[in-house]
Parts: sequence; C-alpha cells; structure tokens
Amino acid sequence: MPDVQALVNDFVLKIKRRKIEGSQATAKHTAELLRQVVSQQRITYTNQAASLIDAVKAVGEQLIEANPVELAIGNIVRRVLHMIREENVSSAMSAVEELALGSDDDEAEHDNRMGLSAAAVAAAARSTLRAPSLQTLLEDIPDSATAPHPPSSGGDSEGKSKSAAESSSRNKKLKHDVIEAINELIQEIDTCHELISAQAVEHIHQNEVILTLGHSRTVKEFLFAANEKKRSFRVFVAEGAPRYQGHVLAKELVGKGLQTTVITDSAVFAMISRVNMVIVGAHAIMANGGVIAPVGINMVALAAQRHAVPFVVLAGSHKVIIIWLTFLMHSTNTDT
Amino acid sequence: MEPRRPPRTVSDPKVRQVGFVTPAAAPPARTVSDTAAMPAAGASQELPLSGSSLSPVMIPPPRHDGLSARVTAPVPVPIAATALRLDNLQIRVGSYNQSEVLLGTPPMTSPSSRVEDAVSEFSDDVSASSLYGRTEPDKVGTAFPGRSGDLMPAKSVVAGGSIGGSHTPENPPTTSLVVKTLPGITEKKRGMLEKQHDEAAAPKPLKEKTTKAERRALQEAQRAAKSAAKEGGGADPTNTKKDKVVKPTPQKKDVPEVAASSGKKVDRPLEKERKKEVLPLRMQFDDKHKVEKVKQRAIVNQREAKSRVEFFQRLPQYVHGTQLQELEAKFFQLDAVHPSVYKVGLHHLSGKITGGNARCIAMLLAFKEAIKDYSTPPEKALVRDLNAKISGFVSFLIECRPLSISMGNAIKFLKNRIAKLPLSMSELDAKASIQSDIDRFINQKIIIADKVIVRHAFAKIRDGDVLLTYGLSSVVEMILVYAHEHKKKFRIVIVDSRPKHEGQILLRRLVAKGLNCTYTHINAISYIMHEVTRVFLGAASVLSNGTVYSRVGTACVAMVAKAYRVPVLICCEAYKFHERVQLDSICFNELGDPDAILKVPTHVESYLYGCMDNDNLQLLNLNYDATPSDYVSMIITDYGMLPPTSVPVIMREYDPQNLWI
Repeated sequence: MPDVQALVNDFVLKIKRRKIEGSQATAKHTAELLRQVVSQQRITYTNQAASLIDAVKAVGEQLIEANPVELAIGNIVRRVLHMIREENVSSAMSAVEELALGSDDDEAEHDNRMGLSAAAVAAAARSTLRAPSLQTLLEDIPDSATAPHPPSSGGDSEGKSKSAAESSSRNKKLKHDVIEAINELIQEIDTCHELISAQAVEHIHQNEVILTLGHSRTVKEFLFAANEKKRSFRVFVAEGAPRYQGHVLAKELVGKGLQTTVITDSAVFAMISRVNMVIVGAHAIMANGGVIAPVGINMVALAAQRHAVPFVVLAGSHKVIIIWLTFLMHSTNTDT
Repeated sequence: MEPRRPPRTVSDPKVRQVGFVTPAAAPPARTVSDTAAMPAAGASQELPLSGSSLSPVMIPPPRHDGLSARVTAPVPVPIAATALRLDNLQIRVGSYNQSEVLLGTPPMTSPSSRVEDAVSEFSDDVSASSLYGRTEPDKVGTAFPGRSGDLMPAKSVVAGGSIGGSHTPENPPTTSLVVKTLPGITEKKRGMLEKQHDEAAAPKPLKEKTTKAERRALQEAQRAAKSAAKEGGGADPTNTKKDKVVKPTPQKKDVPEVAASSGKKVDRPLEKERKKEVLPLRMQFDDKHKVEKVKQRAIVNQREAKSRVEFFQRLPQYVHGTQLQELEAKFFQLDAVHPSVYKVGLHHLSGKITGGNARCIAMLLAFKEAIKDYSTPPEKALVRDLNAKISGFVSFLIECRPLSISMGNAIKFLKNRIAKLPLSMSELDAKASIQSDIDRFINQKIIIADKVIVRHAFAKIRDGDVLLTYGLSSVVEMILVYAHEHKKKFRIVIVDSRPKHEGQILLRRLVAKGLNCTYTHINAISYIMHEVTRVFLGAASVLSNGTVYSRVGTACVAMVAKAYRVPVLICCEAYKFHERVQLDSICFNELGDPDAILKVPTHVESYLYGCMDNDNLQLLNLNYDATPSDYVSMIITDYGMLPPTSVPVIMREYDPQNLWI
C-alpha cells in the first residue's frame, strides 16, 4: 500500500535518526503504525490472516533493521503477529462452532458436519497461521492452502457459499479484532508507568535510602508516586557517565523536593552498604530473567548482591523480549 | 568519648593488635583495659573508649602523625630515659586518655614501658585526632596536649608561660595532675610519676561507662566551671579555648569527672586543663560551635561547601581552590611554617602533587629542609622543641589537605626518630642524624621498596597477558614500564573514572613508551573484564584486616574482577600498612570538591547547574574506598608477595618505626 509504505518509510527515518526517544515512545509508535498497516491491508478472500501476517512481518523487518538495538520494536511486532494468530484461531474456532451448530441440516450433513467439524477444527488449527510447526514445515503444507479447505470440504455449494460468506465476515471480524487488540496494546504501553508507579507504596517505606543509576522515566515516576504518598526517602543517583543521565534524574527529583545526592559511578560500592534498595530501569528484560540495561548497572548489581541489597528492575511489558541474546554485549551495544 | 584525647587510632600497635599483645611491655591489667578500649576503638576508630554512644559513622583519625612517633610498641623504653623526655612523655600521656591507658596498671610496674605505651597511645590518638580535621594549628596543638602553646605561633610564649612551670602548657586534666607535680619531680623516679598517672587514671574506668547524655551534661557543668575559672590564669583561658576547639563534647565531660573524682588537683587549673582536652579523635564537623571556633583560628580559610551529605557530616568539606591567593599572600607572615613546608602545602592544596608516595616524599624532603634550617631556641630541649615544630608543620599540612596514610606513617617514624635522639647529642649531630634518617626512610621504604615490588610483580606477567589497571598508581606504572622494557608481550586496559580522570595521565605516559593501551570508563568494566587476565591495582594503604584502602572505584574493579575470576594483585609498599581496621568506606574517607561532579564535558549538557543552590541536592565526591579482602588475591610488597591476611604480621614483625629492615 503506497500510503502505508510512506508511513513506514517515514517512521524508519525517524528511528534511524533517533528522533524518537525511549522505548515507550518507540513501542507506541510501532503499535500505531502496525495498526495502520492492518487496517489498510486489503485482505484477500482466502487466507486473510496470512496476508496480514505477511504484511506485518514485512513492515516489522524494515523497522527492526532501522534500529536493531531498540528491542521494543521487535517486541511489538511479535506481539502484533501473535495477536493476529490468536484472533485467527479464535475466529476460526467460533466459525467452526457455528458450522457445527448450524441446526437445519439433515442428519447426513450433520454427520458430515460433525466429521467436518472435527476435521475443520483440526484444519483450522493448522490453518490459523501459527508459526510454522515442524510438522507443517516437513510436510510442506502451505498455510494458505489449508485455510479454505475445511469450509469448502463441507460439501455442497450452499455450505460453500455459506462458509464463503462467513469467511468474508470472518475476515472483517478478524481485522476488527486485531485492531482492537492492537488498541489494547497501545493502551497498555501508554499506561505502563502509571501501573508500575501504583505499586511504589508497597515497596518504598519510611526512611529508605534508594540507589539508582542513570535516568529512567519509569524509575522517576515510581519515586514520584512514593513521594506523593508521603514516604520519606532519599535517593543516591549515580551519574552514569559518559552520558551523565544521572544528572538529569537528579535535577528532576530535586525539583520535586526529594533529597538527592549525586555520586560518581566509582563510588557505588562505597555507598551501597548504606543503601536499602536499588531501583533501576531497564532497556529490555530477557526471557531468562536477565536484564539489558544502561552500562554500569552490572557493576551496581554485583555490589548489591555482595551487600544483600534488594535489586529492583522496573520495566513496562513492551520491554520483554523473547529472542535469546546470548552474547548481548556485542550484539546490542551501540557506539555513541 | 573521653575528655582526654580519645585514642583515635588506638595508638599502641601492640595493644591494638588484639592477640598480638607483647607480654613484656604491657602488664596484663593494662592490657585488659587497653584491649577493652581497643576493640571499641578498633572497631570503629572513632568510638570513644567507652565505645558507646557516638554515632557509628564518626571518622577515626588516622593513626599517623608525629605524636605517635613515640610509639615503641614492642620495645620497652629503657628506663634510663632522661627526665626531660619523661616530661614530654608524661605530658603527652596526660593529654590523651592517659587515665584510660594507664587504667588498671598497678603502680610501679614496668614503669618505663607503661609510660611509653601510654605515651604512644596518646600520641597516636593525638596525632590521629589532629589529622583529620581541617584543623588549624590550634587543634593540632590541642591534640598534643603539651604542645598547644608551642604550636600556636602567636601564643607560644603565652601558652608556655601560662600553666606555669617549665613543662609544656595545656595538658589535659589528668596531665595537669602530673604536670603539676612534674616540676618538682622532674628528676624524680619515674615510678612516682607513674603513680600519679595511675591515680589520675584510676577514676577513668568509671567514666568510660557514661552515656553520651551524661557526658553532655557533664560538659555543660564543665563549661560553667570553666567560665567561672576563667578569671584565674591569664593566658590559660586562651589556650584552653583553643584546645577545646575541636573536641567533641563528650570527651570534655569525662574530664570533669576525672577531676572531680581524683580530687588531687587544684580545681581551677584542672578546669583549665580540662579545657585543653585532648582533641577528640577527629574534629567532628557537625558540631557547629566547634566548627566556628576552628574556623576562627584557621590559617587557611576554607570556604565550606554547601551541600554536605549526611553520612559525611563529620568530615570537612570545603570548596577547593579558594584559598590559594590567601595563602600566597600570607606566605611571608607565617613564621611558624617553614617555606618549604609551605610550598608543599600549597602543592597539596592545588592538587599538583597527588599519590601517596609523591606526597610523602615531598613532605619528608620539606621537613629535611626545615630541620636543616632549624636551630634550638635557648632553654629548650632540642627533642621536644623539634617535635613541636614538626607538629606545627603537620597541622599546617592537614589544613591544606588531610594527610594520607603514607604521610602519617612517615611522620610517625620521624617523630620516633627524633624522640630517640640521645639528649647528649649536639645540635648539629642531631640534625644531621635526623636528616640522614629521613634519607634512609625515603630510600629504603619507598624507592628501593618500589624496585623490589616491580621485580616481584614482573614474575607474574606472562606473554599474551591482558592487564587491567585502575587510575594512576606510581608502582603499577613502574611495573608496566619495566615489563615492557624487558620485552614481555602484553596489552593494557586502563580504567578511569570521574571526576579526576587520573587514568588519562597514565595513558599518556604508557602510550608514549610504546605500550598497547585500551582506555575506558569504569562503567564498562563488566564489558571488558571477560578478556582481562590480570588486574594490577595500587593502594593508598592496606589495613590490618586485609582491607585495601585506595582510590574510589578500586572496590568496584576488584568486585567485577572477582565475578569474572580474574586475579587481583595489589601493589603496595609496606610502609603504607596501617593497623587500623575499617569496615566500610564511610567510616573514614576524604571528601573532595563537590563542584567537580558538576563539571561535565562541554559537549554534554550540564543539567545540574541550575539547581546548585537547592537544599535538596547534595553532591558527593569521595576520594577513597575500602576494598574487602576477599576480592584481593595477593598483595605485592617489598617484603614479598603475601595474602591479605599477612598484613598484620608484617606490621608486627617489621614495624617501620623501629627497625630498619
């Protein structure tokens, strides 16, 4: 789609030039862009989900290539793909159920339908454009071929037309559902800070000393929320050279009246014995629980472990990645 | 803290080394009291001997200072000490918590050793206490109970005369006890004097148990008494006031107790003496009154920084770089300070000389010059007067910048040598002897020691190694250059940190010599540590429990190295070892200029300039930190390569003040 492609190109440029700062903003824009893609995608009669998925995949690949380090993009793309597949499965299930529950058929057809429904369910399962399973890969069954099969194998043209009609309505419904799901995702990304901050009072009590490094908007909101609930605490901010983002955070905290002390990164070990809790933000959370975070946080984590200080990482759900980055340091580091 | 200068650094090494107490020198009773005092002192150098109520984050003064030069820990002082020296000793003892030291000592038992011990203990305390405040010479003077009068240039005459008698003025209350009798007893047996000390000391144990509140109450009473006593004794009040300046109040309170309980002395002089209490371990800067008083007397007027972090309230924090003009203007007015010492002080102040070895050598050479130009004033003993002068210099240097541990140990050594001069020596001979001692110290303990360390470390470098170092350490630089010259193939990673960026200096020097260097910031050590094979670090000092006290950030580097299973080698000369124990980096540290944190490179936007005046914002610029001993694989010293647990053994066996080994 030309206009979609224009949008995509525009977004890619923005990402490349780092015009969009932060994973939350990036995730939100990615989701919105994908919503556009989905809504404008002309869905073929058959195999609409597959076409959606292909379109989203193509766009996603372009986006990821623009900034491989911004892992949130890949996360959002994968989540949208997952949503499409989920919606497709659930709609196929419901379609199959409708077929099965169609009442005014004679027994034979009913039996057929029963059998059909069983087969249809199976086929639907196969055809819901899941990530290719080993079996499908080996059998080389194209996804698109299986999709129309169950409905059309129903038999007579009536069934076929009915299924065709149903499938077209299903298509529309699919798009609609997917767009709804993406809206929910955007909503979730938007409100992630509020949801996290709402838990602040559970973790920050009175007279606490908190250590953080660099600047994270999630951490900032978290601390503000605790401050509003009148919890008294003081914050040590490690400055996070060479970007000195710690200075930014310190300035913001001081503006809200929090007792803040700026320390150098080298003093983290010296001060951590007097710290009650370490709270940091993350760039990404890995599936094995590992954290990709701004440089220097590994040092802080080791020091916290040595002094048995709780180490809390705050991250929105758009930061959870599923790909397995084994040697992260080399693949995801950027030189500034 | 007890009113007498509490032993900041539990001065007597043999007492401090719990379990290493030399049986000969310390009678058991004394040992008990000392060790009782010591653990408290040892645990957090600052805790008063009663070990109770002072906040745990007080910073103990380092032990080094001339006063502890008298420490003859393992070796009992020969009984043939002259009366003069005895006077000195006695006075010294009096100024420190001598009652504590002498507590429990049965009278007449090994008097000389005990006195010596007491003296050393006190001297240590005094020195320690004087070291860490940015105290003006006054404070140092108070630290040396007998010396305060001497130390103050303008007041020396007055002070000298104030207490009366030939002995040094301003002794703490208990000393006053002694002092009073001294003139009459100067030539008498030590035993008698000691007895008096004991008597003075007797009530001491009671005091140690007083709570802070009680002490405070006592102090108030003492203050009232002081004001009452002010009329008597012309110069004394001034002296006392000066002496009092820096101490935390609890110490003073104890003094009245002692005075009251002993009941031997004239009340008025006692009170005066009380005022001149031994400096507390260190000037606690959160006591506003004292800070004010101290400031009035400072030679160097330092502007206090506004943002003071709570944990470090007791440390002085000043805005650096503001006093240079003032000092330069005063150059010709400061008679008490020799020009070469003045110069060294200015270098310290401006940051021109950094590094433990460099500072120590510069200071010792300046002292050598000063001693060369020194001449004993009439009717004064060389030993005592020279000691006083050195103490004056030391207090000036402290004002410029708190002493490093290497400097402190050197001063201790120097004072020890001065104290050991036979009184029959002529002045010329004595001066020559001291100067040659200084030369030998520098040569043996620093220069040759460095060479030995380099040889040892060279054996640990293999071809193909990737060595990591942090900051700028003179010894590590020597090692790397030496290894490079001997054709070992290795490359170096230099880790640097804000705000000093000392690694850049090392980088320049090594690259100029042709070594293959990588330079990075401390945040990235987790990133590069996986390719490092050895870590070489320097140290400002190694403490008695194996903790390495060195530039801030060293602990982080060692920790990450341990996580990646990379051996960590600390290179440190043995003269830098210190017998105190430090649990974390907050008990004892040096604060740098907080504005240095504000300064960011020009290409980065500076966010904090706008809110510098906000009370909520504090900037903390630590200079040192303490690396736990389990991160350290090996310590390379001039005595060989040791595990961290062997440090107290080296200290005990090769006490740098006594032996020339």
